[in-house]
Amino acid sequence: MLAFIVSRLLQSLAVMLAVSFLCFVLFNFVGDPVNNMVGQEASPAERAEMRRDLGLEDSVVVQFARFLGNAATGNFGKSYRLARPVSDLIVERMPATLELVLVAAVLALAMGIPLGVLTALRRRSIDSTAIMTFSLAGVAMPTFVIGILLIYIFSVECKSWAPAIGLPADWCFPSFGRGTTVQVGGWSSGLLTAAGLKAIVLPAFTLSLFQMTLVLRLVRSQMLEVLRTDYIKFARARGLTDRAVHFRHALKNTLLPVITVIGIQVGGLIAFSIITETVFQWPGMGQLFIQSVQFADIPVMAAYLVMVSLLFVTINFFVDLLYAAIDPRLRLDRAQLGTAGG
Amino acid sequence: MFVARMAALVAAALSVASVADAKTLRWASQGDALTLDPHAQNEGPTSAMNAHVYEALISRDPSLSKVPGLALSWKPIASEVWEFKLRPDVKFSDGTPFTADDVVFSYQRAVAPTSDFRSYISSVKEVKAIDPLTVHIVTNGPNPILPDYTTSILIMSKAWAEKHNVAKPQSYKDKEETFAVRNAMGTGPYMVKQRDPDVRTVLVKNPTYWGAKEFPNYPDELVYTPVKEPATRVAALISGQVDFVLDAPLQDIARIKQTPGLKTEETAQVRSIFLGLDVGSKELKYSDVKGKNPFADKRVRQAMYQAIDIAAIKAKVMRNFAAPAGLITSPGVHGYTKELDQRPKYDVAAAKKLMAEAGYPNGFSVTLDCPNDRYNNDEQICQAVTAMLAQIGIKVDLQARSKTLHFPKLQKSDSSMYLLGWGVPTLDSHYVFTFLYQTNNAAKKVGGWNFTGYSNPRLDELADGMLKEVDQAKRDKMVAEAWQIAVLDIPYLPLHHQLIVWSMSDKVTIPIFANDSPNFKYATIK
Repeated sequence: MLAFIVSRLLQSLAVMLAVSFLCFVLFNFVGDPVNNMVGQEASPAERAEMRRDLGLEDSVVVQFARFLGNAATGNFGKSYRLARPVSDLIVERMPATLELVLVAAVLALAMGIPLGVLTALRRRSIDSTAIMTFSLAGVAMPTFVIGILLIYIFSVECKSWAPAIGLPADWCFPSFGRGTTVQVGGWSSGLLTAAGLKAIVLPAFTLSLFQMTLVLRLVRSQMLEVLRTDYIKFARARGLTDRAVHFRHALKNTLLPVITVIGIQVGGLIAFSIITETVFQWPGMGQLFIQSVQFADIPVMAAYLVMVSLLFVTINFFVDLLYAAIDPRLRLDRAQLGTAGG
Repeated sequence: MFVARMAALVAAALSVASVADAKTLRWASQGDALTLDPHAQNEGPTSAMNAHVYEALISRDPSLSKVPGLALSWKPIASEVWEFKLRPDVKFSDGTPFTADDVVFSYQRAVAPTSDFRSYISSVKEVKAIDPLTVHIVTNGPNPILPDYTTSILIMSKAWAEKHNVAKPQSYKDKEETFAVRNAMGTGPYMVKQRDPDVRTVLVKNPTYWGAKEFPNYPDELVYTPVKEPATRVAALISGQVDFVLDAPLQDIARIKQTPGLKTEETAQVRSIFLGLDVGSKELKYSDVKGKNPFADKRVRQAMYQAIDIAAIKAKVMRNFAAPAGLITSPGVHGYTKELDQRPKYDVAAAKKLMAEAGYPNGFSVTLDCPNDRYNNDEQICQAVTAMLAQIGIKVDLQARSKTLHFPKLQKSDSSMYLLGWGVPTLDSHYVFTFLYQTNNAAKKVGGWNFTGYSNPRLDELADGMLKEVDQAKRDKMVAEAWQIAVLDIPYLPLHHQLIVWSMSDKVTIPIFANDSPNFKYATIK
C-alpha cells in the first residue's frame, strides 16, 4: 500500500509540474500586462523598463523556474492589477466560490437523485418524459444562457409578474452579488443572512443544473440496470413491498457510482463556476481569474491554475486510494504497472 | 457617569436619525478602480473613483471648464512661473489643515519613478511653498497649458502619507501591498468607508468638506459595485438594484429608455476612433504589394477615406451613438472647429478612380489589426470597414485581438493598418499632435503613439511651438495650422467620435461629463 501511495504521489507531482509549465507557455499568448499598468502617456522607454522589472523579457523557462522557486516558499507574488499579494486575493475569494459550489452540489444531489429514481420507476409516464426533456435542456444549454434567463425571469420581469400572482414585490431575487455577508473568523459567509441566502439561489441553481441533470441521468440508467438484476427479481419473488425493493435494495446499489462521479464533479463545479460567477458578478475565484486574464495579470492566473490543478490532482488521488481500498486487486496491479488512470 | 450615558444615548439617537435620512446612490460599471493610490495608475475608472476622495488644485465642472479646486486662483507671474493661491480653511477628512506643504509633497510624489503621472508634469522643474497659502510652480521653459495638467494631479496629506509609509506611489516590484492601495484620506467630498476591490466600495460624505455650502444636496453615501457582464449590469438597473450605470451596452439603451422609472443622459465623448495607416515604411509588412508602399500615396488614402460609408457605420454598427468625424479630436477640446471636422463625401466611384490613378485599379491586400475589447463595438467597426474597402478592391484581412495583444503589437510598430481611439485628458489639441502626429522620437519623448511613420517637419515645429507659446492668439493660430496640415495629409482616417450614454433611475439627477468620469458631488438623489 505504501509503495502505491508513493507512486501515486510522484505521479501527482509530475502532473502538477506539467500543468504549471504549460500555463507558463500559454502566458506568452495572453499578451502584455504593461500596457494596462501604465497610462497612455508613458514613453516606450518607460514601458520597456517596466517589462524588464517584471521579468517579462526573460525566457519562459527562466520565468517558470522563478515562479517555482517562489511558489515553493508560498509566495505567488503580487497582482499586477490590484497591487496586492496574490495569496491574499485568493484566500479572500475562496469562501464565495466554495459556498456556491457547496450549495450547487447539494442542490444537484437533492434534486437529481429523487428525479432520477422517479424517471426510472415511471418510465413511460408523462411527468418522466417532461423531466427527461428538461434534463436535456440542462445538459445542452450553456451556463451563461441559463444564468441570464434566470435573471431575466426572476429579477427583472419578476417585478411585474410577482405582484400579479399575489407575491410581494420584494420576493424577487437579486440579479448580482452575494447579498449581505458576515465574517466568521477569516471566512466571509453569505449563508447566515436572509439576503445572502436569497442571493445564492439563482447562481447556485445555474451552476448545479448541469450536474443535476448528470446525476439524474446517471441514477436513472443505473436504476434501470439494477431493476433488471436477479436479486431484485428475487426480492420481488419474496413478496417485499415496492418501496422496500426500490429504495432499500435498488437505490442503495445505484449510489456507489453516483458518489464517485460526484466526487470528481466537485472539481468540475469549481471550474464551471467561472462562467456562473461572471454572469452573477459573484465575487469568487472564477471571477478573479477572468478579470486577470483580461488584464494579463500573470501572477494571479498562475496561482489560480496551479491551485485548481492541485484540487483536481488531490481529488483524483483520493478517488484512486478509495478504489484501492475497495478493490484489493487494483492495489497490486497498479503499483506494479504504474499506469493508474486519472 | 450619568452625563456620559446620556451623551451616548443622544449620540445613538442622532446616528439612528442620520441613517434614516441617509441618501445612498448605488452605481455600477464594468471595471473597478485598480487602486486608491492617487498617483499609481493613470487610468479612467481609477481616476474617477479617486477624484471623489482626493482633489486637485484645479477641478473641472460638468462642461469640463477649469474651476477652482484646492486653488482659488492661478496666474503666470513670470514666463516660467505659475502662482497658485490656495483655498483657505480647507481640512483633510481627518481634521488636519491643508497647506502649501501638502501641494509640494504631492507634486514630488507625482514625479517619483513609480508614479504613473510623471509625463503630465514632466515640464515642472520645481514646486515651491511661498507661504501656507501660496505655491509657485516653476517650469522648464514657458508652459501655457500647465493649469490643464494640474487637474490630473491629486493632492494628498503629507503627514498622513508619511505616517503610513506611503510617501512614494505603490510599486509593482515590492512584495507587499502599500497602505494607500486600499485606504485614502483627502480633502474631497467623500471618504472611504469600505474598500473591497472588485466587490464593493462604499464612500461616505466627508464631514469636513469645504464645499458643503456650494454642494449641499449630494448623496450621503456612494456604493459602487463593478459588474463585469453587460447584461447583468442592465438587469441590475432595471430591477432596481443599482441607481446608475455608467456603461450600459449600446444595444440596450433603447430598452432602458422604454422602461418606466429609468432615463438616460448622453453627450459626445472626448474620444475619437480612427484608422492608422503605415505611410512611412518603404514596403508594407502585411500586404501583397512588394517593393513599394501603397499607403505612401495620398490618393490611396483619400480613396479609402471616401470609400468608408460612415453613415452606415453610425446607423448599423453604432446604433446612432456616434458622431462622424473628420478630426481626431472632439468638440470641447481646445482647437477643435466644426469647419475642419468634416469628411469628404462618401463616393465609391470617385474612390475607384483615385485607386486607378494611383496605379492600383485592381486593389491590393492588407492586414487590419483591430482590438475587440477596448472601444464601443470596435470589432464590428472593423468588419464594416473590411466590407466597404472591398468595394474598391482592397482585400482586408481582419485580425481582431484582445487589447492586451493589440497595443503591444502597435508599440512594436508591427502593423500596416490598425484601429485606435484617442481621448484628450488635457482638453488641448497639443496632446493629440504630440502623441499621434509628431515624428516618433524616443529621445525627445514625442510621437510615442505615432505608429504610422508619418513625419512632417512643419507640423513637428508647430507642435513644439504650442508647448511654449504663451500668447494665446498666436498659439491658436499654430493649432489651427497644424490641424489643417493633419486634414490635408490624412495619415489617419478619422471614423467617429464616441457618444457616451449614462443610464439611471429617474430619482437621480447628475450632469453628464464628456470625459465619462462622473462626479457625484454634482448629483442628487430623491
